[in-house]
Amino acid sequence: MLRFLIAVIRRDLRLAARRKGDWMTSQFFFVMVVSMFPLGIGPDPVMLSKVAGGVLWVAALLASLLSLSRLFADDHHDGSLEQMLLSPNPTVLLALGKALAHWLIYGIPLLLIAPVLGVQFSLPADAIGVLMLSLLIGTPVLSLLGSVGAALTLGLRGGGVLLTLLILPLYVPALIFGAGAVDATLSGLGAEANLSLLAAFMVMTLLVSPWVAAAALKVSIE
Amino acid sequence: MSIAIFKYAAPMNFYGLAGRLIPWFAWSSGILTAIGLYLAFFVAPTDFQQGEAYRVIFLHVPAAWMSMFIYMVMAFWSAVGLAWNTRLSFMMSRALAPTGAVFAFLSLWTGALWGKPMWGAWWVWDARLTSSLILFFLYVGIMSLWSAIDDPRRGDKAGALLTLIGAINVPIIYFSVKWWNTLHQGSTINMTKAPSMAAIMLAGMLVMVFAAWFYAIAASLVRVRGIILERERQTEWVAEILEGKA
Repeated sequence: MLRFLIAVIRRDLRLAARRKGDWMTSQFFFVMVVSMFPLGIGPDPVMLSKVAGGVLWVAALLASLLSLSRLFADDHHDGSLEQMLLSPNPTVLLALGKALAHWLIYGIPLLLIAPVLGVQFSLPADAIGVLMLSLLIGTPVLSLLGSVGAALTLGLRGGGVLLTLLILPLYVPALIFGAGAVDATLSGLGAEANLSLLAAFMVMTLLVSPWVAAAALKVSIE
Repeated sequence: MSIAIFKYAAPMNFYGLAGRLIPWFAWSSGILTAIGLYLAFFVAPTDFQQGEAYRVIFLHVPAAWMSMFIYMVMAFWSAVGLAWNTRLSFMMSRALAPTGAVFAFLSLWTGALWGKPMWGAWWVWDARLTSSLILFFLYVGIMSLWSAIDDPRRGDKAGALLTLIGAINVPIIYFSVKWWNTLHQGSTINMTKAPSMAAIMLAGMLVMVFAAWFYAIAASLVRVRGIILERERQTEWVAEILEGKA
């Protein structure tokens, strides 16, 4: 079972490595969306550092949705998804592996880009640390919940926009606790409470969403 | 008893039952609305603090309650449908969603009308307002998923899965938003302590709640009849009904 999980993850990592264009698109999307905000709301460093947590988090949600719409679509197109579903391995592990691979490919880079953008938004060093930590805990939520949406909208017209409509409301707790952790650090309250709640939410989505995503995949393929 | 329940799980039998039930619920909803509005506008006294503007409560609270309650009922039917694969459960869920979305929208709108004289703002990012807004978004998401999927069987199950994962998420969203910010007045009606409002106001509001409830039942039964006819259009009994009408 574990071997199957690792095989799914390795396969997706290898595919991503061979299609660097897709991967870069998502990262640059994140950077560009974030960079638009100072142009829109003005360069005042005090205000920028106040909104930084929220802006980076919202941009991370959008960037993850952008890449999630292709999570199962490519495999569905060339038929390999059906073969994987036909194999005796549990579908739950397939869904979990896909979501984890998505997190490794798209979540981790966001986390590494975030400090640079944080500096642009004149965030103090401790807040940048908390921002990275909150993204580390929170981006798995985005991949896991998003995998449910990707499975539900597989092969539909306008799947990408639909995915956004379905999944953004479900992301709300992650956004609140993630951005809240940064805010709490800035106001001197300490980010511990927010990060703990975010971690609890992450564990819950980890337990629930692979099963729902697996069920959704079966519904979409049959 | 159990035989009767399973009998009405068949769309054909339920179609007739729904047809017989609709007038009852529609009429009682209409009568209760008349009584409730009379109590609301002519009997209930002007509020000491909030003046006349508080009277929007008679529409606002029923709408807000129904928007949450209907989502729970949808989640129930979705779970039943996924567990036993009963077609009618999915149809009920589909029939309920538009009514729930309308009530969610109505609660937001009347809330804005109430908020302006009370807080001096049409909208504030308070916990209950925000979670109502997100509930409305959930309704919109589920309905757009249904409308995007042409195959009814796939649409049924996909919508049910989304409804259920939304139902798990609703309490989390509610508490996360609550800790995030709170300005809304606390619940006036509380199960554990005596309600802090005049009895006549409470009576008017409860009458309106039942009116909204019966309206929701009647509207969704009408809609489920339409869905049943559409899904079963290739069967003989639907052909008979349609010929009889034509």
